Amino acid sequence: MKTRFLRKTRDASESMYAAHNRALIAMAEKSEKIVSCYGDFPPGEVGEVFQKQYPDRLIDVGIAEGHLITSAAGLADAGFIPFTHCHALFALGRGYNQIRHNVAYDNRNVKVVLCNAGVAWGGIGPSHLAIEDFAALRAIPNLVILSPSDAVSAEKATLAAAEYAGPVILRLPAVGTAYPTLYTNDLKYEIGKALCVHEGEDVAILATGIMVNDALGVAESLKKGGIGARVLDMHTIKPLDERAVLAAARDIGAIVTVEDANVLGGLGGAVAELTAERCPVWIKRVGIKDVFGESGTAEEIKAHCGLTPAAIQKAVQEVLNAKKGNASTKKRKTPRR
Amino acid sequence: MNREELVRDLHAKANKLRRESLFVMKEMGMGWLGGSFSSADVVTALFFHKMRRDPKRPQWSERDRLIISKGHACEVFYAALAEAGYIPREELKTYSHTGSRLQTHVDCRTPGIDCSGGSLGLGLSFAVGSAMGAYIRPDAENLKAAARNQNARFRVYCILGDGECNEGQVWEAAANALHFRLDNLTAIVDSNKFQSTGPVEKKMNMLSLGEKFKAFGWETREIDGNDLSAVVDALDWACTVQGRPQAIVAHTIKGKGFPSFENTNCHFVKITDEILRAGLEALKE
Repeated sequence: MKTRFLRKTRDASESMYAAHNRALIAMAEKSEKIVSCYGDFPPGEVGEVFQKQYPDRLIDVGIAEGHLITSAAGLADAGFIPFTHCHALFALGRGYNQIRHNVAYDNRNVKVVLCNAGVAWGGIGPSHLAIEDFAALRAIPNLVILSPSDAVSAEKATLAAAEYAGPVILRLPAVGTAYPTLYTNDLKYEIGKALCVHEGEDVAILATGIMVNDALGVAESLKKGGIGARVLDMHTIKPLDERAVLAAARDIGAIVTVEDANVLGGLGGAVAELTAERCPVWIKRVGIKDVFGESGTAEEIKAHCGLTPAAIQKAVQEVLNAKKGNASTKKRKTPRR
Repeated sequence: MNREELVRDLHAKANKLRRESLFVMKEMGMGWLGGSFSSADVVTALFFHKMRRDPKRPQWSERDRLIISKGHACEVFYAALAEAGYIPREELKTYSHTGSRLQTHVDCRTPGIDCSGGSLGLGLSFAVGSAMGAYIRPDAENLKAAARNQNARFRVYCILGDGECNEGQVWEAAANALHFRLDNLTAIVDSNKFQSTGPVEKKMNMLSLGEKFKAFGWETREIDGNDLSAVVDALDWACTVQGRPQAIVAHTIKGKGFPSFENTNCHFVKITDEILRAGLEALKE
């Protein structure tokens, strides 16, 4: 797989949330149907511009996340394309039944934006850190789950979500943080199609969200040691890009998955499920090790949860050793002619 | 048609829907008889007197919405949909079968059903969203304007159970409806005094639901929900209210029209041949 659309330097200039809101404004200009709904959640500077331009189309329903999701389904029934915004944990925790019943089951054109998702939101504490969103939402039929990795892909994911007729979950990390921008503005983004951000044939690193940048950093340092890593940005958790995953399994034979979500049932789970059935391969899953979040800075929390470059590197070494062991075992067992 | 004739016609139609819904229940051998029969009069008045809808265009964007939040009492709605021409009458025989459009809780795969039910406490929030949508102007302030410059595109009716009002989200929605002054929204509580496993007051006593809606700023009326004259009056009144949502607490009798079930907790009952016969006899024209 070839890399494309990559920036030479990855500077952090705009938060993914701001890029998402910018996309909403751009779409609202073209379509009367876009509405932006909030559950006492800050729309941010860009969101406030939206409110000024389209006063009726920014709706805040207060601290009532269940009502936020269900009323958005009602707005969809009235012909609109609502994007709902609140803390990821409360959209999921207070709105699970609503996402399942009013959005997914009834196949409504609602886009649920999980804000401050994952654990990279420093200073807030475990009560607000959603770790289980992938696992819980993957098991609901009809949902498309997007997890962009930088401001450019967050903007494109928002546009793609609006164009897609049906329910979408859009996962965004800490809304006030500018993460490194990976992609050039001409990025061709397609729901369900993984993006290759680093080429290599020794090991495959399948990452999502803010962990793509960390995976990329690890791949660059591996390259210096003579190890080639194919890094895929798995920006769509569902539907999984089966072709890209199976190609990595077949061509490379060693996979590491990286996500800032619980290792149970998330991206790693999805990749393991698929490859176990279709192309068994060595896999190590890097993710939150089935623990809750903590108070602390974003980096401290990531370290607490096991989300460090060192953890990715260790996993890479483990699958490489396993692959090597596997190869030599196979060799020994091959009968001589 | 004068008003007396209208009420007489609606009364006959309500009993027809009760009879038809018995056949629907018989298809599964079990039925939500109590809630279907208690709400039959309200359902009849909405479908055949009040709502601006077109059975030929069930997805018409400007139709009045009907959100059936107490989605278990589906049999009477299916009977109403067949009577109004949304679905062929023969389709009632497919009720509860796998793959049927008539699932065992109301489902928006059925033409004429605007929102799936079954998970209690959600319908009023959906209705609030729809009602907001009827006021939103793309490029100007209307929903949020102090004085609205454009009327709602359609009205929204929501039928809730009294037991269902235990659910907290009902009250999130109630507060939000007043906040946006959704006068195009009417909630009708089918207050039949029983929920799934017992009397409402013994499960979680909500005291007066009418007082509660009043406290949330709704214009509220309490009526005999099995008296079609009162139901028609209340629905006509609701359309005249401006600036506030309206709640109609319809005091009803669970199992109304089937004497041996009336005022018992006939929530989900077995429908035998004898019960079908007795019901048809009690409800005959």
